[in-house]
Amino acid sequence: MTYANLYERPGPRGVRRNRLLTALVAAALLAVAAFVYVRFDEKGQWAAEKWTPLLRADVWATFILPGLAGTLAAAVAGVVLAALFGLVFAVARLSEHRWIRVPAAMVVEFFRSVPLLLLIFFAFFGSFVLIGVNISAFAAVVFGLTLYNGSVIAEIVRAGVLSLPKGQREAAYAVGMRKGQVMRLVLLPQAVKAMLPALISQFVVLLKDSALGLIVGYDELVDRGLNGIAANFSNVIPAAVLIAAIFILINMGLDRLAHRLGASSRRS
Amino acid sequence: MQALLTEGGTILAAFWMTVRLAAVSALGSLVLGTLLTAMRVAPLASLRATATVYVTVARNTPLTLVLLFTGLGIGANLGLELSDDIATNNFWLAVIGLTAYTSAFVCEALRSGLNTVPVGQAEAARSLGLGFVKTLALITLPQAFRAVVAPLGSILIALTKNTTIALVVGVAEASVRMRELIETYGDQVIEIFLGFAAGFVVLCLPMGLLFGWLSKRMAVAR
Repeated sequence: MTYANLYERPGPRGVRRNRLLTALVAAALLAVAAFVYVRFDEKGQWAAEKWTPLLRADVWATFILPGLAGTLAAAVAGVVLAALFGLVFAVARLSEHRWIRVPAAMVVEFFRSVPLLLLIFFAFFGSFVLIGVNISAFAAVVFGLTLYNGSVIAEIVRAGVLSLPKGQREAAYAVGMRKGQVMRLVLLPQAVKAMLPALISQFVVLLKDSALGLIVGYDELVDRGLNGIAANFSNVIPAAVLIAAIFILINMGLDRLAHRLGASSRRS
Repeated sequence: MQALLTEGGTILAAFWMTVRLAAVSALGSLVLGTLLTAMRVAPLASLRATATVYVTVARNTPLTLVLLFTGLGIGANLGLELSDDIATNNFWLAVIGLTAYTSAFVCEALRSGLNTVPVGQAEAARSLGLGFVKTLALITLPQAFRAVVAPLGSILIALTKNTTIALVVGVAEASVRMRELIETYGDQVIEIFLGFAAGFVVLCLPMGLLFGWLSKRMAVAR
């Protein structure tokens, strides 16, 4: 979608004015960049010894790759469990039995409105009182990611099922399927497919949220970057820039995947 | 229960901090998000590119990292001092980080709202002789806002919950207090968690209802 209908095609004067404005914007951006550059320079943030560690193989082997593995492990465990949680609760909320539907709705609404960090703290600091053992930071993070994102996924899947034409369900009953079969074989596959872009956006959220692990001392990418690399080479800014770049690349890849899946499901 | 009762004052103070963080950041995000939306549809390629890069970066970076970066980059290295009082300074740093992050989502929502405004609206505005800024400010953006009341509500609810992450720049909001209370009253973990969770339910549920009601009321009949 272009927004060209919001303005006239500029004439000669307009073209000149636009060029002038472009130059002004560029100048303003350069001024900001220069300000940041000078201030960081005063603090020695551009010194080569702060940036070269990021290129060293041992730094990648000790901090970045293990951190990335930690982030991905938490994210993958979170995605799998949240998807399971989401499917179960989506089906439960669609149940025709009140005694299943209402409690399921309460659980979903509760976990959707509690901040993820509180869930992680609850699991991490409370586990000893609750179950008699201290669970690991990894388990606490995955616990939080599962309940929070699982509730959101439940809502996405439920919306997907509700958006299907009524004829789908009726046709499935007409060929003699049972309630469970209708849901499992007819409704859920279509709902999940229709909602794939939204589901993938939620997985991006989940991946980003795994960075909260740092607060309870889980060795994920942000923790390894700032408490690992930056602590050794006192290069907070370069480490943060590198880690942000890694997250942005992964998430943009997922975004693109979501777009492509969205486009293909519209075509079919 | 006893912990929640004896510490009632500090808990309320922590939630007051949460509310202030959310309110100020929400205001900032709406303003910056609207500006970014205008930039993304502007006739100038340089403005569009700047806004696109900004939104992509802010949306795909974990908020934890954004806030750490605000604290360490802007606070410690750029030397931005917004107040002599360290707590106030941290509060404003957290507001900057939350606003920088949330405004990217506001921009995305508003832009999808612009897509719902029929082309004829902008064309009619232009045929009356309105330029780009007036077309946007008087005709298309107001309609876009009314179309995205519900998504904006979800963004503001998410922002309210995200204020808990302000603890990484040293703001004493609800999550900090909850952690302290769990450490002090280790035997009352469930009550403490349910108490703080209830606080967020009380904050977020009415917001959801309000925005749901508003989105129906504000919908543009076409």
